[in-house]
Amino acid sequence: MEHWVIYLLNGLYFASFLFLTSLGLSIILGVMGILNLAHGSLFAIGAFVAAWIVGSFGSNSPVALFFVGLLAALGVAGVVGLALEMSLIRPMYKRALEYQLLITFGALLLIEDLIKMIWGGTAYYASGPFTAMGSLAIGRNQYPYYFLFAMLISVAAGLGLWMIMSRTRVGIMLRAISMDREMAQAMGIQIGKLNTLAFGMGAALAGLAGALIVPTTPALLGIGMDPLILAFIVVVLGGLGSLKGALIGSLIVGETRSMGIVFFPEIELPLLFFIAVIILVFKPEGLFGR
Amino acid sequence: MDNRNAILKPTFFIYLACFILMLFLPKILPTYHLILFESGITFAIMALGFNLLLRYTGLLSFGHGALFAVGAYAVGMTGEYYPDLYRIEILLPIALLASFVVSFIFGFICVRHTRVFFSILALALSMVLYALLVKLYSITGGSDGIRIELPMMFGKSFDGVKRFEFLSGAYYYLLICVFAAATVIMSAIVNSPFGKALQCIRDNEVRAEMIGIRVRRYRLYSFILSGLFTGLGGAMWSFVNGHVTPEIAEWVFSGEIVYMTLLGGFMVFEGPIVGAILFTYLRLYAVSITQYWMFLIGATLIILVLLLPEGITGGFVKLFSKMRRRPSPGAVSC
Repeated sequence: MEHWVIYLLNGLYFASFLFLTSLGLSIILGVMGILNLAHGSLFAIGAFVAAWIVGSFGSNSPVALFFVGLLAALGVAGVVGLALEMSLIRPMYKRALEYQLLITFGALLLIEDLIKMIWGGTAYYASGPFTAMGSLAIGRNQYPYYFLFAMLISVAAGLGLWMIMSRTRVGIMLRAISMDREMAQAMGIQIGKLNTLAFGMGAALAGLAGALIVPTTPALLGIGMDPLILAFIVVVLGGLGSLKGALIGSLIVGETRSMGIVFFPEIELPLLFFIAVIILVFKPEGLFGR
Repeated sequence: MDNRNAILKPTFFIYLACFILMLFLPKILPTYHLILFESGITFAIMALGFNLLLRYTGLLSFGHGALFAVGAYAVGMTGEYYPDLYRIEILLPIALLASFVVSFIFGFICVRHTRVFFSILALALSMVLYALLVKLYSITGGSDGIRIELPMMFGKSFDGVKRFEFLSGAYYYLLICVFAAATVIMSAIVNSPFGKALQCIRDNEVRAEMIGIRVRRYRLYSFILSGLFTGLGGAMWSFVNGHVTPEIAEWVFSGEIVYMTLLGGFMVFEGPIVGAILFTYLRLYAVSITQYWMFLIGATLIILVLLLPEGITGGFVKLFSKMRRRPSPGAVSC
């Protein structure tokens, strides 16, 4: 019984940073209509920045430092995202899909090697916060508080984004663009600036997700590839541009992964796809897609 | 255009000249470059298949690496488990059959979507195959991959022959014959009524459906045909490389397939061939001069997309038509 609680919680933990990653991807795809293949690299930037800051203080760094790491990751990934949008993505809006995908693919190759140039090919460890936070006893098992903390951050970010999207003027304009781009433009919404903002926001979320993962996994080259693929599944499953879709999608993917790793580790990913395919056959637009 | 006169068109002679030139390449090129060229040719077979989907059906697949891997692994695993069947005249049909099955499954799922969602699904499915290849290491050899021995070719055994001798000898001629056949068949496909129907679907899905084309089914056919060419390319490549690893199923390789097609120019039928051969050289050059070769490839990719979106052949076609149009002073531009 207790095992099941832990498996469920593990699934929630997977889901929490998956939610952040896919939310960013979904915002960019929804508002700008561009599938950002470099999203995993922004995730990786977040991971490296956080691991670098936390790890530079050794293994017993104060927990407060991790917050600095989180914010720095959020900021750096956001700034890189803004720069990316302004330099490369902006000329691409009117171009065909192939070019949009290829330019983000080019950006992915660039960023991966930039990370290699800046941080080298070595792994960065930042398990300080993980050990410092201790663990919670569930029956006879120990469950690290850090996992709960990561879920909390993810929920907070999700709530914050939901507030922005539903309450503020900018959020409403962003939603208008994702519903009908031309109509929004006709209403006098400045699409250019909002595109930049949306991309920056999505990138910052990816960076935050990357920073959240480093206390449990070292920052390595190519760390962003797996989350990127999983985020694709989440977006396809949950439906485009919906917060609810990203949430439910990442819960499904997270829980399936957690259970899959325990019971059938070899086919955990194919199983995920099997579920995705069944949903897509019956509901091609995704669970909450329009 | 009249099909009976196809043989008199200049393109026919250019094709023929290229083919004859390729027959003599082993005498001209040093072995090292010849093998590199062969690997480019196998990519070209794949890129032809890829372009059937991109140019003629309007679907951008970001998961073709997986189909390439299916062909290559079909060869490798046949050699591993059924050494009796390790003859090239049996291996190629096996590879085609395997890529037929896999591309049918992939296509069945993917063609329900178009545009970005098609690309995402193809990418995601290819990653499933990648994960299977890595994780089922007891069957597939995991990330170590499988070594490809030299096969029997039409009853002739190549035991004790060095790989480069095999590659620059009999195998080279087989490869260019397969390549020539693939090019001719693909050009027949895209000019056939079936090919025209695909282009109709690409241009206007609703209209295509109205005139009685079964859109989804035709897309599936196109996907399968594309998968067959890609699998064939993979099978031919496996002998050239001598080793197959799961990396060819990873989506970064699929991205490179898109890159080489656009480098050559996907709006021209021959573009992907040019792109594939050029890309092989470009990539090898980048890897040999710097450890940051991804940076170099990424940068050239971005420059290509920004400055020369029609690719190399497309750029030539544009230049050519501009030069032709010039000597008509006072003509009304329209």
